[in-house]
Amino acid sequence: MWHKGTLSVTGTCPVTANHIKVALVGQPNVGKSMLINSISNSHLHVGNFTGVTVEKSEVLFDYKAYHFTVVDLPGTYAFTDYTIEERVTKEYLCAESYDMIINVVDSTNLEKNLQLTSELMSLGKKMVIALNMSDEAQKEGIEIDAVYLTQLLGIPAVKVSAVTKMGVDELIDVVVATYEQEHQESKLIFSEPVEEEISHIVEYLQKHHYESDNSYRNIAINLLKNNQQTYEVLHDNPVWTELQPILIEASRHIELHHDSNDLKEAFAEEYYAFNRGIIAETVSTLKDDVQELTLTEKIDNVLIHPFLGLPIFLFFMWGLFQLTFEIGSIPMEWIDGFFIWLGDTIGATIANDEIRSLVVEGIIAGVGAVVLFVPNIIILFIGIALLEATGYMSRVAFLLDGFFHKFGLHGQSFIPLVTGFGCSIPAYMSARILKNDRDRLLTLFIIGFMSCGARLPVYVLFAGAFFSQEMAGNVLFVIYMAGVLIGLVAAKVLKMTAFKGADEPFVMEMPKYRLPSFKLIWHTVATKTWMYLKKAGTFIAAASMLVWFLSNYPHHEALEAHYSTKIALAAPSELKSLENERDSALLEASYLGQVGKFIQPVFDPIGMDWKMSVALQTGLAAKEVVVSTLGVLYALGADVDEQSESLANVLRNNISFASAVAFIVVIMTYLPCLAASIVFTREAGGIRYFFYLFIFTTLVAYSLAFVAYRVTLALTG
Amino acid sequence: MKINTSGPLKQRLISLGIMKDVTIRVLAHTAAKGTLEIKVGKMQIALRAEEARLIEVDDVA
Repeated sequence: MWHKGTLSVTGTCPVTANHIKVALVGQPNVGKSMLINSISNSHLHVGNFTGVTVEKSEVLFDYKAYHFTVVDLPGTYAFTDYTIEERVTKEYLCAESYDMIINVVDSTNLEKNLQLTSELMSLGKKMVIALNMSDEAQKEGIEIDAVYLTQLLGIPAVKVSAVTKMGVDELIDVVVATYEQEHQESKLIFSEPVEEEISHIVEYLQKHHYESDNSYRNIAINLLKNNQQTYEVLHDNPVWTELQPILIEASRHIELHHDSNDLKEAFAEEYYAFNRGIIAETVSTLKDDVQELTLTEKIDNVLIHPFLGLPIFLFFMWGLFQLTFEIGSIPMEWIDGFFIWLGDTIGATIANDEIRSLVVEGIIAGVGAVVLFVPNIIILFIGIALLEATGYMSRVAFLLDGFFHKFGLHGQSFIPLVTGFGCSIPAYMSARILKNDRDRLLTLFIIGFMSCGARLPVYVLFAGAFFSQEMAGNVLFVIYMAGVLIGLVAAKVLKMTAFKGADEPFVMEMPKYRLPSFKLIWHTVATKTWMYLKKAGTFIAAASMLVWFLSNYPHHEALEAHYSTKIALAAPSELKSLENERDSALLEASYLGQVGKFIQPVFDPIGMDWKMSVALQTGLAAKEVVVSTLGVLYALGADVDEQSESLANVLRNNISFASAVAFIVVIMTYLPCLAASIVFTREAGGIRYFFYLFIFTTLVAYSLAFVAYRVTLALTG
Repeated sequence: MKINTSGPLKQRLISLGIMKDVTIRVLAHTAAKGTLEIKVGKMQIALRAEEARLIEVDDVA
């Protein structure tokens, strides 16, 4: 799933009776989205790194007599505004209406996870704790007494595993039971000084019969924690004038007790003390091997080795592109053969010349040219899915932070940038993990230089056409790396000019390595591949028809008649070249030809013929269209006798090497597709950013293509 | 153990479990020692040397 929008699984109406609205909350990377997937058979995007979910998404499903709406919120370590996604969660929990909370925690690190749980307790909502990854905890020898934990916290805790679906039904049963019961006050206990101040405030509120949905105790806790929402509500109330001095005195008391001038720190310590007590009572660890290295640490010793780490990463990337080309090219012949066969077979059944041309040379040639690259796309997607699911992604961010830092980028920018190799749209979204707006904008501007999956077909086509089979994989690797380098240099330039400012801190959790399940990888890849095919069948097919129409009309009777008489008089040996001449003359006279000729002067300096410039224009709609346009344009001009001739061969015979290099450079750097540009504009926060992006990418693309063309021309003569 | 900074960064470090009385172990660093990997409790955290410098610790082992 690329976007995480509203997703309806059963399509039930949310405003009926017996409806439970549940907010799913937890720290990052504890498996919230995966748990929803297990409960409702939905397919939210999951991965093993912090910040997979950056937007809230709703899932609807029915269970027994209830309709459920589960809101999957971005992971958050604590109630802070550190990043945009954390703000989303905080604002939702404090301001939106929902019936209860499922707090998802990582059973293998309960101590850290309970910190957020303690904060959630003072919201005064019904809550259930899902002890996720119970299977993993068991393997690590961690035993949690869920019954005792339930008693101590006053919150039902259920052991579950989103991966194996263990305990998922029980969880929902407990959620329903909790929903039906009265709300229980949480059993959170603080140190004596804090308890003292809480009771002062509670007494005061009782005296004035202050009206509120939340309990006085929770209000007192939230006030002491400097919770903004609670402040805002109370600020306009008459009790405020007398309450304020009490609060100031209370804060001073607590700060003194904790030897800190920071109430949030004081409360973190309070929670930590409480949670350590809970852990001591309910968690027993069989293997007490604190000194022994965990598996993750052992793997890290190799993968983030100071000197070997980066070479290993580059080797992985190189290997991925080798595989993409080598394995990907095996089924290509079959797919190519299939579409030629399809074109012939269907073409033979259509009597009308026009319609046959539309179907065979328009739709089938265009869609076929795009579908041809499905095997390459699948391999690339598998690579990205593995990177996301294993936990390696955060390691690479760690390795590259120093390098990125030199170019004015944040190490965490790596995550959106890598996502950009798949598709720019989720990449723009995932830039939300960057705390600072300047870093985020900077990253947004260069994501487009990371070549997305839709551009892969263009590269594979050109690499296959202009390089030997053995070199093509290396060429792909070089193209992608060159894109990254261009992106980095562009980042540096932007950082020195448009986005000047201090560097942001880099603090990031490194998740445990996990062996991704085959099912998960298969599902991620299958979904993305299916979307690619669907796009080929709908959007690309429509675009191909449009390109076909624009390149076949208007009809030039005079031109056709002129060639007809010529061909009739010609000797058989001249026949073929005359037919080709006629076809290209007709193509040039078409609407598309006219447009192409009109804009030709602009593209001439970078070595593009008019067909290539038209293909680039159509690529603004979607990058796959570049290939389908080339397919249609060259199929029309192609030799009728040699229909088996592949597009790659046609390109090799019609385009100079220097032009091909310049073409690839433009594809690498110019404006992302329409859909991505829209998301970019939304994420950047205004239409003006779109114009900046347009000007920026156009300048980069044009000047680099110019240099590439001239240099290659000089080198190849 | 003390954090010598304030504002959002301090909140972030605290919410990652870096606070009084915890043990921090340095697991790895990059070639230029610009970025470190530390372990707090059971969690591994990556941070830059500049941020690491703000965390005041006592040597325990």
